[in-house]
Amino acid sequence: MLVYLIRRSLQSVVVLLAMSLLVFVGVYAVGNPIDILINPQADQQDRERSIAALGLDKPLWLQYALFLKGALTGDLGNSFVQGTPALGLILERMPATLELAVVAMLIAIVLGIPLGLWAGMKPDSLSGRSIMAGSILGFSLPTFWVGLMLIMVFSVMLGWLPSNGRGETRLLFGVPVSFLTVDGWRHLIMPATNLALFNLALMIRLTRAGTREALLQDYVKFARAKGLSNARVIGVHVLRNILIPIVTVIGLQFGSLIAFAIVTESVFAWPGMGKLLIDSINFLDRPVIVAYLLVIVTLFIVINLVVDVLYSALDPRVRLADAKG
Amino acid sequence: MNVVLDVRDLCTAFATRAGVVRAVDHVSLTVHAGEVLGLVGESGSGKSMTGYSIMGLVEPPGRVVGGSIVLDGREITSLSPGEMRALRGNRVAMIFQDPMMTLNPVLRIDTQMVEAVQAHDDVSHAIARDRARDALARVGIPSPDERLNAYPHQFSGGMRQRVAIAIALLNRPDLIIADEPTTALDVTIQGQILYEMQTLAQESGTALIWITHDLSVVAGLADRVAVMYAGRIVEEGGTADIIERPAHPYTRGLIDSVPSRNRRGERLRQIPGMTPALTALPEGCAFQDRCNRATAACAVAPPMTVARPPYEAQRVRCHHPLPDPTA
Repeated sequence: MLVYLIRRSLQSVVVLLAMSLLVFVGVYAVGNPIDILINPQADQQDRERSIAALGLDKPLWLQYALFLKGALTGDLGNSFVQGTPALGLILERMPATLELAVVAMLIAIVLGIPLGLWAGMKPDSLSGRSIMAGSILGFSLPTFWVGLMLIMVFSVMLGWLPSNGRGETRLLFGVPVSFLTVDGWRHLIMPATNLALFNLALMIRLTRAGTREALLQDYVKFARAKGLSNARVIGVHVLRNILIPIVTVIGLQFGSLIAFAIVTESVFAWPGMGKLLIDSINFLDRPVIVAYLLVIVTLFIVINLVVDVLYSALDPRVRLADAKG
Repeated sequence: MNVVLDVRDLCTAFATRAGVVRAVDHVSLTVHAGEVLGLVGESGSGKSMTGYSIMGLVEPPGRVVGGSIVLDGREITSLSPGEMRALRGNRVAMIFQDPMMTLNPVLRIDTQMVEAVQAHDDVSHAIARDRARDALARVGIPSPDERLNAYPHQFSGGMRQRVAIAIALLNRPDLIIADEPTTALDVTIQGQILYEMQTLAQESGTALIWITHDLSVVAGLADRVAVMYAGRIVEEGGTADIIERPAHPYTRGLIDSVPSRNRRGERLRQIPGMTPALTALPEGCAFQDRCNRATAACAVAPPMTVARPPYEAQRVRCHHPLPDPTA
């Protein structure tokens, strides 16, 4: 187990290095931030002073080397625009995004798995077919459009829910969160539902497919032959088996949920990391972009590790010690 | 001996695209306490489906469409799903063919055994676990206390089948339906399991229906044999009668197909043709197309009659039963 963790950590470092290099070169190729950041009327002297202050006068390889040197001490550079540490900016916005993503994932799981089980048990019933038809909508409707429609219906026409912001927040371990106040929930529920929709559809389809397959297995027939109740057969024998692929997908999707919350955050003006990234890309604020992507990659790596560990808890046949790679 | 199971004219049908198919067609069986009945037939003859019908485990689009099943003096075809569930695993248990597939791979053995006890008996977890341990010990699993904590993949195939048998025995059922439980096992393990099942059935007075395609298995185990073909019972009687003096040409063919009964250097004998599809059964006797004794009379379905009067214990469904070779 320990050897496994060490090997995984080393792999992660390589991934982070490759990632940072790619982004560094990529953003450099896109354009010169100076053209955006500096007042066009500034004279040549001002211009050169600013370039030197941001460290953009040095050759790219040297800039990258300096970045790596800073990164080793936890300093990912200062934002070109705000002048404050990039990592700080991101971490400041992270709780809002995480909160949104967690609530969205919970909605997808809590609704998706039971609906998928039901659709898998009764594939030919009207309810089963309706669930599947609904999941196709969840898959195919674009997130931004659904978000706008939600705002149209619930904020503009019905006036039930606010359309933007986090609402009233309360500190939890020093981090502001919305889910502890009623007003926060009113702000949270619509963007979270919007973000959950795709994953809800995915959960339904995955659970349904798994259930249909599991129901044909001999162990289900044997469980029924033991005289177990239907609830126990489905809730224990079937569910425990289909949880294995579901947990994998939840892990993978949770990472993308955080990374791709951008659209939902933009539509609902949710002050999370995604919105920060969009702004930073507009200003070619390289330190923030690099820091954002490194944070996301780290999150992905951590989530994958958690999934692997959960895997071995769910499936007794998997033992991490024998896992290769 | 008192009758444990009495099946009369059981019919189980499947709605398919090609029409309604009778997988089990007017099957009648009687099993007494402590008796072993061998139910023999090729794949698709409906022998497993007969077992599922008795268990109430026929899945849609299949359905028991007729006949009666009396278990311990109680008609069970008319029971509600809940009442049927209470019987399953309690008064009648079933063991399946492939022990690799029947135990849930992600649940520990104790979980799978305790739940089987608690599904029928309102007892504490500790008591249920004790019963599970005793059952494992009875089927010859060494250090059952430790093995309860193991997962199925930590057992060999033979051991898994013993676990499945232990689960079937947990609630001391009156009847166990064993659906080819030794087919997937090594020959040496097969012999052990057969022997143990026989002993267990005798000791506890449990009736046993042993479903198999292998007549040599039945020969050493069963008290009586019923031979199925295309959903019908074509011959039934005492094991010795069926093996030594088969009356139905199909039974004869099955016996001749057992390799050990053939002479060295001789061509293996086999039944010509193939099991007909249930959607395309001939009018009358289902076996007529493969039978060398068939005549025009076989276009009318033969009834089940005494094979060789006045000897009543052997019955056959054939217009032209074979003569007694030992007479």
